[in-house]
Amino acid sequence: MLSPTGLRQRSDLLQAIRSFFLERDYIEVDTPLRLPVLIPESHLIPFTSGDCFLHTSPEICMKRLLAGGCERIFQICHCFRQEECGRLHQAEFTMLEWYHRGWDYLDLMRQCEELIGWVARRLSGFAGLIEEDRLCWQGDRVALTPPWERLTVEEAFQRYAGVSVRDALCADRFDEILVTAIEPNLGRTRPVFLYDYPVELGSLARGSRNNPLVAERFELYIAGIELANGFSELADPQEQRQRFQRTIEQMQREGKTARMPEKLLIELGRMGEAAGIALGVDRLCMLLMGLDDIARTKPLNFSEL
Amino acid sequence: MYTASDLRKGLKIQIDGEPYIVTEFDFSKPGKGQALYRTKMRNMITGVQFTQTYRSNDKFDRPNLEERKMQFLYAQDNEYHFMDTSSYEQIFLTKEQLADGLNFLIDNMEVEVLFFGDRAIDITLPTFVNLEVTVADPWAKGDTSGSDTKPVTVQTGFQLQVPPFVEQGDKIQIDTRTGTYITRVKE
Repeated sequence: MLSPTGLRQRSDLLQAIRSFFLERDYIEVDTPLRLPVLIPESHLIPFTSGDCFLHTSPEICMKRLLAGGCERIFQICHCFRQEECGRLHQAEFTMLEWYHRGWDYLDLMRQCEELIGWVARRLSGFAGLIEEDRLCWQGDRVALTPPWERLTVEEAFQRYAGVSVRDALCADRFDEILVTAIEPNLGRTRPVFLYDYPVELGSLARGSRNNPLVAERFELYIAGIELANGFSELADPQEQRQRFQRTIEQMQREGKTARMPEKLLIELGRMGEAAGIALGVDRLCMLLMGLDDIARTKPLNFSEL
Repeated sequence: MYTASDLRKGLKIQIDGEPYIVTEFDFSKPGKGQALYRTKMRNMITGVQFTQTYRSNDKFDRPNLEERKMQFLYAQDNEYHFMDTSSYEQIFLTKEQLADGLNFLIDNMEVEVLFFGDRAIDITLPTFVNLEVTVADPWAKGDTSGSDTKPVTVQTGFQLQVPPFVEQGDKIQIDTRTGTYITRVKE
């Protein structure tokens, strides 16, 4: 359970995030948590709720709002993913997700630098924030002054694991190498954007115009912790349908079921170019408070209920 | 059967016919990627440790482990004999298997013996045991040298630090998990 001081800090963080987006003319939205159909994703296990699912992220609904004419929207909501429990994972967690029409992933990287800087300047008394532009987390001192480091996934695999992304994928070791050999090195002295993921790992991201093998997707790392995942959104309904179809077939081979999100696909053609990103609010809270376990950032833990 | 999502610190699983206990565990999952269960384990028979990363669909057998209350009878050569007080069945464990447990084991002590199938592989001592002090320097009353503790030896040969007023022949209570002095026991 968070102390009144901890609750106040968590509240200050949420308000600082809100003020950042409201000042930039974003609309705060609160989309339904119970959905009859989810985006097909083979590595996420949703909870059911009656004849619906609890959403694993607000992506599907927020894209439909963009297609409905919104320019800039953000949401702070709880998301639910079964079987995720660890130092950095909780089955129910708080997500910040935002979309900006007309932008691409490079614009979002710059906005991440701005957002974290804005938030850090507005907070005080946080144990992990040693100066307004410097974090201290588990012994790492991380300078928040932009520009932050930008590192392609290929460069990271070569630098920290000495293997190519292709070889890692062929050996089915991509995730394992990323988690064990690469992530611990990322963002230890300043935040890092790891970008240009292999196309097969960016089901909802637009393919790069410069390199057909990669998708315009990035992850933000601070002190070895994956904090946010953003991309230039794929806005082509036919291409998106084919990708979903491949995922659904893969899931069926694994004995899982998934359905095609038809309403999203019907409206996707009206969305136009856009970029979107999800950021783990509990993880950001953990970094700012200097805590080593995500469970300690929650007002009440599941184990305390 | 256990699946990888059951893994946690302290869980006992069976791999290649041998029992293992999970000593360290970390769940990780890169964004949009697969769940990885990074696990450090100790073989409960050999003590050998190893680390392994498992994935969601990995499965493990449940080892057939059972704890039985037994009484320590006697030691002969390298064998420490115990008896089940209800069935009178006797078994023994080796010095190596008992390891640090020997520091606190005395005749007639009741312990929990862990069986893997019908094989005894480990014991759990009572959390607190009372042992007699066999060697201690006398306490000089009014000693102002400032020393808070002094070393003593108990009947098993184990040495530990105690307050200066503890004397030879006293019984003291010891926490077997940490090997530390708790209190002097009056009998």
